Amino acid sequence: MNLHEYQAKELLREYGITTPRGVVVENTTHAEVATGLLGGDSWVVKAQIHAGGRGKAGGVRLVKGVDALRAAADELLGKALVTYQNAPDGQMVSRVLVEETLSIARELYLSLLVDRECERIVVVASGSGGMDIEEIAKTAPEKILREVCDPLLGLQDFQCRNIAFALGLEGKQIADMTRLLQGMYLLFKASDLSLAEINPLVVTAAGELVALDCKIGVDDNALYRQKTLAEKRDPSQDDAKEAAAHAAGLNYIALNGNIGCMVNGAGLAMATMDLIKLHGGMPANFLDVGGGATAETVARAFKIILSDSHVKTILVNIFGGIMRCDIIAEGIIKAVQEVDVKVPVVVRLEGTNVELGRKMLAESGLKIISADGLTDAAKRAVEAAK
Amino acid sequence: MSILVNKNTKVLCQGFTGKQGTFHSEQAAAYGTQMVGGVTPGKGGQMHLGLPVFNTMRDAVAATQANASVIYVPSPYAADSIMEAADAGIEVIVCITEGIPVLDMLNVKAAIRANGAKLIGPNCPGVITPDECKIGIMPGFIHKRGKVGIVSRSGTLTYEAVHQTTQLGLGQTTCVGIGGDPIKGLDFIDCLEMFQNDPETEAIIMVGEIGGTREEEAADYIKAHVTKPVAAYIAGQTAPKGKRMGHAGAIIAGGSGQASDKIAALEKAGAVVAASPAEIGAAIVEAMRK
Repeated sequence: MNLHEYQAKELLREYGITTPRGVVVENTTHAEVATGLLGGDSWVVKAQIHAGGRGKAGGVRLVKGVDALRAAADELLGKALVTYQNAPDGQMVSRVLVEETLSIARELYLSLLVDRECERIVVVASGSGGMDIEEIAKTAPEKILREVCDPLLGLQDFQCRNIAFALGLEGKQIADMTRLLQGMYLLFKASDLSLAEINPLVVTAAGELVALDCKIGVDDNALYRQKTLAEKRDPSQDDAKEAAAHAAGLNYIALNGNIGCMVNGAGLAMATMDLIKLHGGMPANFLDVGGGATAETVARAFKIILSDSHVKTILVNIFGGIMRCDIIAEGIIKAVQEVDVKVPVVVRLEGTNVELGRKMLAESGLKIISADGLTDAAKRAVEAAK
Repeated sequence: MSILVNKNTKVLCQGFTGKQGTFHSEQAAAYGTQMVGGVTPGKGGQMHLGLPVFNTMRDAVAATQANASVIYVPSPYAADSIMEAADAGIEVIVCITEGIPVLDMLNVKAAIRANGAKLIGPNCPGVITPDECKIGIMPGFIHKRGKVGIVSRSGTLTYEAVHQTTQLGLGQTTCVGIGGDPIKGLDFIDCLEMFQNDPETEAIIMVGEIGGTREEEAADYIKAHVTKPVAAYIAGQTAPKGKRMGHAGAIIAGGSGQASDKIAALEKAGAVVAASPAEIGAAIVEAMRK
């Protein structure tokens, strides 16, 4: 689960990390009030969406004077902002963050993440702030600093100093950086984060370290014990179908094709998408109905798949293990009737009682095409979608 | 022979009296697995499915001399259960539970590394040596004892690989579902090494997916150390970047973890990579013919 920038910065401040002073607002009038609280005569107006690339897409505006501020807030609020990361539909801007401006001497990059290769929390830093870290990794990997945290000991002060000196910080900044990194580490552990990225971390003209932008991801598996964070979820930032699927307890990801997929198991669901592509079609979605595919879950899945108007056919691919194929067939038949599915449904069943399951589908009198094997299923689905 | 588990493996179930623990323990016992009891804190001293229930793993191991355990404990408590099993001296710990927080798994991995236990999973179907020992949620009847070792990150794709090798009459020595989490116990290389050293295993199937670089590392290992034929399949060639595809570990992040890189690395290492999940069986036949 991702947080908005303003939410991430609230967390940083709780852990003693300095951010620009700012106010998050939902309308232009409040934006104007915010300038009174912040003082000065120029501000930054930042669209709050869960996607990177806001700057290039015009979602971050430096404004001088109240009229310019009103204009910027008017232009951003209530509209979808499209960046290279969330194209083509973009995401709705319901809030903007109005912040004071700072005079910046240097921009640095800083992040904490769980590294799956070394199975540790790792601190990543670079002197090239403001840039995409993946870009730096490609063009100048030697400029990326890494410190691996021991799970027992945590992040050590000497590791923080390693980073601070390597970044060319000096004087009081060394201790400031150590405090900042230790704060981030505590925040990471206490909040079950999967990513905490400050990009850029700026050194101001006065020599202070300030988190100018921040991106935080929370481990979904830990939300049961992070209730306050879980409440910060903003479903308006997710694809509407994905949000509905999430609410129904299904694992669904929208794609751009026209063949709806309903599969049990994440691996088989990905493989089914690949198979459709291999045979010349395009999958409309990823959908894992899970191990116990009952009539209810199948019906819910049909509804979500069909809420995508591009879907011309549905491919159901179930390997019935513990769950018998006749039970699954019964569920499919019931769901097709209940949801009133109008597009052709291709079904590939395998596993326990498969013969009985296929017979039930064939005799149902519904528009269900029973496929013989994986390849046959993909070919029939691609054919039906033409 | 086989790897990890066989007819002499004595299995305890953690979360024994719960719905999942009960159902799958019955299935495992019916398959012929030596189930010797289970643990549910607070229910020690009772009998369940005709087997003793213990309060702690330490008591359970002392009374049964079990050397393997399977965990069906809900995710908030599963990490603790893994560490309890390791502390009690269990050699093979199979964790079926999905949804354990990543930070918990970092601690578990540190503890396991110090202890030497072999962890399979979490978020996996388990491990089976056909006709001898089934630990997990896989349907036993699709398996057939034979000569192919299977290691996979996905449950249902393991069943596909099993089904196809059974249909071809090749059968399996042992099938290990290593699970779909980013931080997990045994990985491809561990299983490749065991299969390479197992005289009964004649060929190896590995099923990978997007996310991480363990398939690439496995490819390096295959090139350097595996003399047996290897076939592979990698799921997620059409998966979009930055999206988590069901499994916590199945995500292309920052250009790393793409299917195409994994396929290229495996092909370079001499493995036959199936283009489609329907051709995993054909791929292993081709690899064995080479």
